Amino acid sequence: MFSFCADPDTLGTFRWFSCYLTTGVHMSFYLSFFKVLLLLAITAPVALGFGFLGAMSARSHIPPVSWLGKIYIAIVRGVPDIAFFLFFVIALDQVFEWSRHQILCPEWTEPVRQGSDFIVCPIAKLPLGTSPEWVHETYGFFLAVITFAIVFGAFAANVLYGGMRAVPRAQLETAEAYGMSRRQTFWRILVPQMWVYALPGLSNLWMVLIKATPLLFLLGIEDIVYWARELGGTKTSRFTDYPHGDWRMWYFLFLLVFYLAFTRVSEVVLERLMTRLTHGQATSGGEAQRKAAA
Amino acid sequence: MKKLILGTAALALSASLAWADTVRMGTEGAYPPYNFINDAGEVDGFEREVGDELCKRAGLTCEWVKNDWDSIIPNLVSGNYDTIIAGMSITAERDEVIDFTQDYFPPTASAYVAASESADTMKGVIAAQAATIQAGHVAESGATLVEFATPEETIAAVRNGEADAVLADYDYLVPLVEESNGELMFVGDPVPLGGGVGMGLRESDGELRDKFDAAITSMKEDGSLNTLLKKWFGDDTQTY
Repeated sequence: MFSFCADPDTLGTFRWFSCYLTTGVHMSFYLSFFKVLLLLAITAPVALGFGFLGAMSARSHIPPVSWLGKIYIAIVRGVPDIAFFLFFVIALDQVFEWSRHQILCPEWTEPVRQGSDFIVCPIAKLPLGTSPEWVHETYGFFLAVITFAIVFGAFAANVLYGGMRAVPRAQLETAEAYGMSRRQTFWRILVPQMWVYALPGLSNLWMVLIKATPLLFLLGIEDIVYWARELGGTKTSRFTDYPHGDWRMWYFLFLLVFYLAFTRVSEVVLERLMTRLTHGQATSGGEAQRKAAA
Repeated sequence: MKKLILGTAALALSASLAWADTVRMGTEGAYPPYNFINDAGEVDGFEREVGDELCKRAGLTCEWVKNDWDSIIPNLVSGNYDTIIAGMSITAERDEVIDFTQDYFPPTASAYVAASESADTMKGVIAAQAATIQAGHVAESGATLVEFATPEETIAAVRNGEADAVLADYDYLVPLVEESNGELMFVGDPVPLGGGVGMGLRESDGELRDKFDAAITSMKEDGSLNTLLKKWFGDDTQTY
């Protein structure tokens, strides 16, 4: 990075650290923070979408649709996260590859499962064996987003389902009295009012989601935990220009600060959002706001 | 429709042609001098150099992939990469699940490292990386085994007193002992373990294994493997 970094042994502490913290591996470390933020930025809306669909179908008047929603919520909420993350991602990947195999290679005669090997024809592989490494990483990231979205979608579905039921019955009756159809009542009366009831539960989920991102590491994605462990490990002078002892404590301390700062910022933002949503609502919070303004 | 079929066929052909040349090499990247991540963030070490040379001789394009040691075999058999080149010793148990090439690193001794000379390697608490031949040996030796996911953690366990000693490959331990300012030392007798280090491949990949086998043979014959062994493991290391 800097011209004086050629011979780190001779440097003073400050310069040594300025060289050490700008090596190629450290760049990968910094990049992994963006990976985590990107995962959150994509997963949160997708999970909310899953949750909304789940909640909608759970309260549907058509029995099979309602069962589907309730089964989704019950199963995903009941399976431990780790089991889900270890099993589901491999299964999902194999389902994709198997379907592509059936479509793209109908003439393939060898079995897909040979002992412990899972073999599909080369053009059915996802991503193709010839793809550059970034495609493989993006694909892994995409699998992670789907898995996170399904898991957190189930919890969000339950929260939203509760939020929808908490909207005062009188509000819906009034809508019906005005002659609104069921669909109109849902979108114009129920959905705008349910957020205030759902938000405490959803903000909980958001916090849990932030803290669950180290699970990325289980999915083979080199996230901040992987790099903190790798960079903090003992380095001997034979294999690096920057030998040091076991510094994992400092790296993990840095992660701790990062996560605390991030959850703190989230808390502030969610607090503001709550104030906004409460405005004019028939809740005790809304009543308090009205009195304060008066 | 016809165009579509032709297009698919052409794609299939080009894909399978290119496929034959790209091999993904799975490694751990945390076990110097065998494999580690260098300052630039790339896979480096003895196996990186051997692997690149083998690929060159076999006429393959190779790409390096990092994977945790714990899941390195499952990810090979499910097809995430095509070879394991991660200091993996050839053992009968592993051979049931995957295939090995011939060894490119001769069978060597594993060694105990402890924080004091008096550490009991026979009955004490011994740290080892999970799913390694060293862990298997400790479990059978009568000592209490504590397993860790990474080699780094096994050393940390000895330093902080959680374990009396660690059992690992001798060559991994040497630089750590040398630079520990006397805190760590070799204790007890070395234990000869394993049948040398080989590349792991899927059992169904016989053709690829033959290619790598031939390349390893040629590196052994012209002495280039010995040169690399000496470069990474010192002049006293065993050669072919």
